[in-house]
Amino acid sequence: MSLAPPAHPFENATHDGSGRRFGLTAMLHTWTTSVDHKQIGILYILMSLVFLVIGGIEALLMRWQLFFPRAEVLAPNTFNQLFTMHGTTMIFFVGMPILIGLGNYLVPLMIGARDMAFPRLNAFGFWITLFGGLLVYFSFATGGAPAIGWFAYAPLTEQTFARGPATDFWALGLLISGIGTIAAAVNFVATILAMRAPGMTMRKLPFFVWTMLWTAVQMLFALPPLTAALVMILFDRQLGAHFFDVQNGGSAYLWQHLFWFFGHPEVYILILPVFGMISEVIPVFSRKVLFGYEFMAAATVAIVFISMGVWAHHMFCVGMSRTLDLVFAAASLLVSIPTGIKFFNWLATMFGGRIRFASPMLFACGFLSMFVIGGLTGIMLASVPLDFQLSDSYFVVGHFHWVLIGGTLFGTFAGIYYWYPKMTGRMLSERLARWQFWLLYIGFILTFGPMHVSGMLGMPRRIYTYDPDRGWALWNQLTTLGALIQTPSYAIFVYNLVASWRNGTPAGDDPWDAWTLEWTTTSPPPSYNFEELPVVHSRRPLWDAKHPEDPDWQYE
Amino acid sequence: MEAIHPGTLLAASETATQNLSIFAPASPAAQSIQDLAILTGAIFALILVLVEGILLYNIWRFRARAEVTAEPAQVYGSQPVEIAWTTAPTLIVFFLILAITRTLWQAKAAQPAPQLDDHALFVKVIGHQWWWEYRYETYDGRPLNFTTANELHMPVSETGQPRRVHLTLESADVCHSFWVPRLNGKMDLLPGRTNYLMLETELPGLFLGQCAEYCGDQHANMLLRVIVEPPAEFERWLANESAPAAENVAVQTGREAFMAESCVNCHRIRGTPAEGTFGPDLTHLMSRQTLASGEIPNSPENLTDWIHNPQTTKPGCLMPAFDLSETRLEAIVNYLLTLR
Repeated sequence: MSLAPPAHPFENATHDGSGRRFGLTAMLHTWTTSVDHKQIGILYILMSLVFLVIGGIEALLMRWQLFFPRAEVLAPNTFNQLFTMHGTTMIFFVGMPILIGLGNYLVPLMIGARDMAFPRLNAFGFWITLFGGLLVYFSFATGGAPAIGWFAYAPLTEQTFARGPATDFWALGLLISGIGTIAAAVNFVATILAMRAPGMTMRKLPFFVWTMLWTAVQMLFALPPLTAALVMILFDRQLGAHFFDVQNGGSAYLWQHLFWFFGHPEVYILILPVFGMISEVIPVFSRKVLFGYEFMAAATVAIVFISMGVWAHHMFCVGMSRTLDLVFAAASLLVSIPTGIKFFNWLATMFGGRIRFASPMLFACGFLSMFVIGGLTGIMLASVPLDFQLSDSYFVVGHFHWVLIGGTLFGTFAGIYYWYPKMTGRMLSERLARWQFWLLYIGFILTFGPMHVSGMLGMPRRIYTYDPDRGWALWNQLTTLGALIQTPSYAIFVYNLVASWRNGTPAGDDPWDAWTLEWTTTSPPPSYNFEELPVVHSRRPLWDAKHPEDPDWQYE
Repeated sequence: MEAIHPGTLLAASETATQNLSIFAPASPAAQSIQDLAILTGAIFALILVLVEGILLYNIWRFRARAEVTAEPAQVYGSQPVEIAWTTAPTLIVFFLILAITRTLWQAKAAQPAPQLDDHALFVKVIGHQWWWEYRYETYDGRPLNFTTANELHMPVSETGQPRRVHLTLESADVCHSFWVPRLNGKMDLLPGRTNYLMLETELPGLFLGQCAEYCGDQHANMLLRVIVEPPAEFERWLANESAPAAENVAVQTGREAFMAESCVNCHRIRGTPAEGTFGPDLTHLMSRQTLASGEIPNSPENLTDWIHNPQTTKPGCLMPAFDLSETRLEAIVNYLLTLR
């Protein structure tokens, strides 16, 4: 634990002092050839932020078109391309990579390992994911992006209805980025099972690591059906197969099952690591140990397994039997039990604490206050007959944005504000953090709240325009206004990341007075992570070190 | 009940704001779904107030104060408490499953077979990119066997005398979804599958909806109009629709032009050589209030514009512009205007 100013990762390349041009080349060389989990983690995060901006611009264009009824800002097909790319981008090239990136950076540090188990596989996973994203976007250069929606229901994706190569680029891009996701998942499982510090049994894993383990397991179960479905659609389009070609005996229904067998666990892939981050942030800023660790851990596993059996709740309107409807509704409702357990445990962790509202805790409270609403609207959607009305309406759009922004994004911001000092050695600006938080919080509620209303007023999703007599204009205008309030918050975030990296207050090793292993090494950590192998006795090794008179292992 | 003239309905739809809310049910099915929505909404509100209340209490009560610096007491967990807050949500879930089952069995009943004097209407609905085909099969057990498009007429039910409408849903191309919120929840139209939906209402009038499953370029303009009429009026409409197209020598040039152009490849006019089925049946085109699947009112000007170039009204739609000369266009429009 040295207090000397740490070497900056971005500056390493220029340390030989041989001039800027050489330095830039060397830096690029270092970053593109790196197999270091920390650099790969940062690359994942940077990639996600770039795609976040692109996906955000796509959303703003759509909101512009929907501001007035019968507006003619965008052509119908252009609008359809935009919502396809917005969804694909946000799920596959923002949500997953940013969480995999944070996991990549943090898991080895939190378990006291030198690196991930397979560093080269790790680098391969990142680059193939990035190239997958670029391949999907390359479709623009072929005369237009796919206009099939992010879940690409067959047979709209068949050659008959989707002419031109855009859909092929989409399928290929997701296929190869899926290989990257599988690579990352294998790596997480191997690392967490095999490379823990001495004394860190599976029961003493930091909670974020536990959730990353189960996220990885879920990726291994969920991605293969998607890969199979993508290969099938490529066969249909390129080789004249008929998997989803109804005229020739294929099945449109089959695609929906295959896609949602991936698609629903995917939602949990996007939220479980966030549960993990929140479970690190809330204890540290409430100055209390995580309440009910064992129940939290069991709830995580329960969510993973139950959520594998709920996919057809996306398909209540395709005319399944009432029995099947009921089974999937019941399974979906069951997920709310372990999720509820988690919520109550977080609240119990805060109860009786001494809560500091630094930026990570601010975003964690944003998460707690908003994610619960997304969960509750999820229960409404799982109530089959109600879903007959709400399915594929703007209510659904409001619901899943509430989960993905109110849940995943707020939680991820909490994580980034919490660990940025570790990654760069500098603190993010708290003042900018507060501006970002309140603009996002207000803008988010104003954007996605009215969507629930327009959905209940009968507005289906994915329509490029609507008639003025429908009574939806006001709600759409509020939504667009909310989007405009949100926009500067992302700009502030990016500015904060860049400006603090240059001029932020030096962080030191342990700025938050935290308890897990990553805070024992320097900020940023050296390439080898730890000078000596830490020995662990409890879930909070630094608590033990800071309170030798009352260590955790006496109670666990 | 006074007779409702289609023209007055259209005028109303152009000025007043239409109600498509799921909270304005006009049928038993939509009513039972609304009841479920209110029940889940109430549970939603209770849980929300509880959780946000505890959260706010925590934030306020346990915020760090400058004078205290010692770490608070560390509480590692409590098995009884965990069991309590596992049991409570489990009970709520169990209760919800019971409520869902009841409504589900009400809202999604099996379709009966048509019988003589059953007062029921059977219609096959076929979704197309981007319009609705309605094949009227039987009413009151009588076979009907005519086809129309985009505007579904149905009889109103009366207390003690339901006149149910049983829809058989199929698709000719991609997935669509039939959604008229005030009459029922939505049901998808999947190619290769057959689905069923039942409509029933005691409220005459116009009910709007639209396709709710993304189906390509003009998904947004695949609008639904359901016109609920008193039985006598509905019978009159049935009789008119069942008849073959009107013949009128005054528009002979237009009729010849229609039959000579490629119109006949896609459109059918019963009683004439036009036997196309790819596009909407035009036998009684003028009995409809709207054109282009509900997008524009059915006026002579709109009809002329539409035939001149459908792509300006509905970009991407599958009907091309045919570069008709002005006289030919006018002749065809004049002919179509006689198809009442």
